[in-house]
Amino acid sequence: MPLTFDPKIFDDIEQERARWQGELEKVFSKKPERLGKFSTVSDSEIKAIYTPEDIRTQDFGKDIGFPGEAPFTRGVQPSMYRGRLWTMRMFAGLGSAKDTNRRFHHLVKAGQTGLSTAFDMPTLMGYDSDAPKARGECGRCGVAIDTLKDMEDLFEGLPIDQITTSMTINPPASVLWAMYIAMAEKRGIDRKVIGGTIQNDMLKEFVAQKTFMCPPEPSVRIVTDTVEFGTKEVPRWNTISISGYHIREAGSTAVQELAFTLADGIAYTEKALERGLHVDDFAPRFSFFFNSHLDFFEEIAKFRAARRMWAKIMKERFKAKDPRSWWLRFHTQTAGCSLTAQQPYNNVVRTALQALAAVMGGTQSLHTNSLDEVLSIPTEEAATIALRTQQIIAEESGVTNTIDPLGGSYFVEAFTTRMEEEAFAIIQKIDDMGGMLSAIEKNYPQLEIADAAYHYQKQIDNREKTVVGVNKYVLEDEEIPVEVLEIDEELEKIQIEKTRRVKEQRNSGKVARCLERVTEACAGKENVMEGLIDAAKEYATVQELCDVYRKVFGEYRDPGIY
Amino acid sequence: MAQQRRLRVMVAKPGLDGHDRGARIIARAYRDAGFEVVYTGLHQTPEEIVEAAIQEDVDMIGMSSLAGAHKYLFKTVVEMLKERDADDIVVCGGGIIPNDDIVMLKEAGVKEIFTPGTTLDDIVKWVKANVTPR
Repeated sequence: MPLTFDPKIFDDIEQERARWQGELEKVFSKKPERLGKFSTVSDSEIKAIYTPEDIRTQDFGKDIGFPGEAPFTRGVQPSMYRGRLWTMRMFAGLGSAKDTNRRFHHLVKAGQTGLSTAFDMPTLMGYDSDAPKARGECGRCGVAIDTLKDMEDLFEGLPIDQITTSMTINPPASVLWAMYIAMAEKRGIDRKVIGGTIQNDMLKEFVAQKTFMCPPEPSVRIVTDTVEFGTKEVPRWNTISISGYHIREAGSTAVQELAFTLADGIAYTEKALERGLHVDDFAPRFSFFFNSHLDFFEEIAKFRAARRMWAKIMKERFKAKDPRSWWLRFHTQTAGCSLTAQQPYNNVVRTALQALAAVMGGTQSLHTNSLDEVLSIPTEEAATIALRTQQIIAEESGVTNTIDPLGGSYFVEAFTTRMEEEAFAIIQKIDDMGGMLSAIEKNYPQLEIADAAYHYQKQIDNREKTVVGVNKYVLEDEEIPVEVLEIDEELEKIQIEKTRRVKEQRNSGKVARCLERVTEACAGKENVMEGLIDAAKEYATVQELCDVYRKVFGEYRDPGIY
Repeated sequence: MAQQRRLRVMVAKPGLDGHDRGARIIARAYRDAGFEVVYTGLHQTPEEIVEAAIQEDVDMIGMSSLAGAHKYLFKTVVEMLKERDADDIVVCGGGIIPNDDIVMLKEAGVKEIFTPGTTLDDIVKWVKANVTPR
C-alpha cells in the first residue's frame, strides 16, 4: 500500500504552515501563551498544532490498516463495538465470600457482563485469615478466601459456564485458579468450558504492585506452569494478564507503562519457549491490562501503540504465524491514583473521561472506578454509578458507532508513533541489560518509576500540574460528603472460625498427601497444577499450599530502595 | 553549644499492603530536606518496625497504609513503643485513612495523620516543628 500522503503535497503545506506560524507568533507577541510549556500528565511535550507533516512517512497499510488486521492499530476485531461491546467488568471484593457474592449478583443484575474478583491482602500474599501476619487485614481491601469452601460461596448461583471471571491474584494465582477449577468441576462444569483470566503477572509485582512471595526466577517458573497447563487443559482461560496498570499507579509515565509491560510480555514468551511450547499455542491466551489515566489523547495513543508494537514483537521477534498470537487484547481500569479524596463527586467526571479514552482506544474489557474508591472499597451505590458510566458511553454517547474514530487524526497518529518509538527505545535498553529479569535485579524499572512519581508529585506541589480540588479550586474546611463503606470488625473472627471448621471436617491424611505431591512437583520439574487442583478439592488452604512454595523456593524480601 | 545532630526518621510500611508509591516519595522528600532516612521496605510487622526503630535510634516513625489495616497496625506500633519505653519516638502516619479513624488513632497516641493532597513541603515543615533529636 502507498504512503498515506502524496509527498508532493508537503511543499505547499510547509509554506502554509510557516505562514500560519507567523500569524500565531503575532498573536502571542501581544499576549503570551497561557502556559510556559504544554505537556501531558506524563510531562510529554505537545505542540500547538499537528499537520500531515507530522505523519508524512506514514504508510496507511503498514502503520494503520483495518481493524482486525495486522498491525491492529485500529483494533483487534474487524467488527469492534459494532459487533459486541467491551465486557463491563467491575472489580469487586469486600469482607466475606458471601458479602462479595451479594455484590456480584447486584452488579450482574445492574448489567455488568463479566465478573472480576478483588481479594484481601492475606489472600493476595498467600496467608490464611488466622496467620499472625494477617491480623487486622481480613476482608479489608477485598474478599477473604482461605479454602475451596470460600470459593464455592463466592460464586454461588452465578452461571460460571456462561460468564467469564477475572481474578486479580499473583503469587498465589496458581492456587486460586486451582480452587476455581475445583469449584467448577464439583459443580459438574468441565474445565474446558470455563473462561476467564488470572492476573498471574509476577514480573510487574517486583516492579510495581509489590505483592510478592518467592524470588523472581521460581515465581516465573510457576507462571510458566500455569501457561503450559492452560494451553493444554483450560483453553478458554487467559493465563497471564500482563499488566501495566500497577506500573502506572506506582507513578510511571505512559511510555514507561507501555515499555515495561511489553518487556514483561517478552520475558514470559521467552520462558514459555524455553519450556518447549510453541508460540502459537500459548501466545493467543496472553492478555494485557492497562491503566487509563487523565491525559485523554496520551492514553488513546498508548492503546493504539501497544497493539501495533505487540503485533511487531510477535511477528518479527518471535516469528508467530497465527494472527491471534499477534493480537494484543486488553482490559482497562481507570486510574485509581488520579482520584481525589477532596470533592469526591468530581471523581465521577474523571472516571468518565478515562473510560471514554479506553473505549476510543479499543479496549476489550473495562473497570470504572467508583467515586469513593479513594476513601475505601466502594459502596454499592458508588459502584453502580461507575457501571452506569460505561453504559452511558456505550449506549448514549454515540462513540461506538464507528471503529477507531480518532484514526487519521494528525495528532493522534503522530503521538501513537512517537510513543511506540520511545517505548521501543526502553525495551532495547532492557534487552541490553539481558532482559526484564535482570533489569529487575538491577532495580532499573523500579527506580525509573520512582523518579517519575517524585517528579509528578513535585509538579503537583508547585502547581505546575493542576489537580482540581487539591491544588486549585480548593474548598475551605471541606467535609467529605460521601458515606464510607465499613468492614465488620467481627469478620476476622467469623472467618477464622469458618476455616477452622473446614479443617476439622476434611480428611487430613488426604490433605497431607496432596501437599506432599505439590512439594515434589515444586522440587522437581512436574507441572504443579494437577496437584494443586486435587489439593483444593480436599480443602487444603491457600496458606498451606503457598507455604509449600515458600519452603521450596524461599521468600523474596523487598530491597527497600527509594 | 554543641550543634544538634540531624533528624533521623524512619519511613515504614506495616502489614501486607504493597502500595509504596507514597512512602517512597516521602522518603525522598525527607532525604532532600536533609534528614537521615531509614526506609524499612514493605511487609513489616509492628514488632519488626519497633525493633528497627530502637536499633536505628530514630526520632520519628512515619507509617503509610493504603489497604485498610491501619487501625490495628498503627495502634500496635504505638503500644509496643510504650512497652519498650520508647514512646518519645514520635509516630505519624499517612495514606487512605477515614476521618473517624484519624480521631481514634490520635487518641491512641499517633501524633499526626497526613491525608491525600498534603504537600511534601507541609509534611517536612511539620516534622521540623514537631520532632527533635532524642
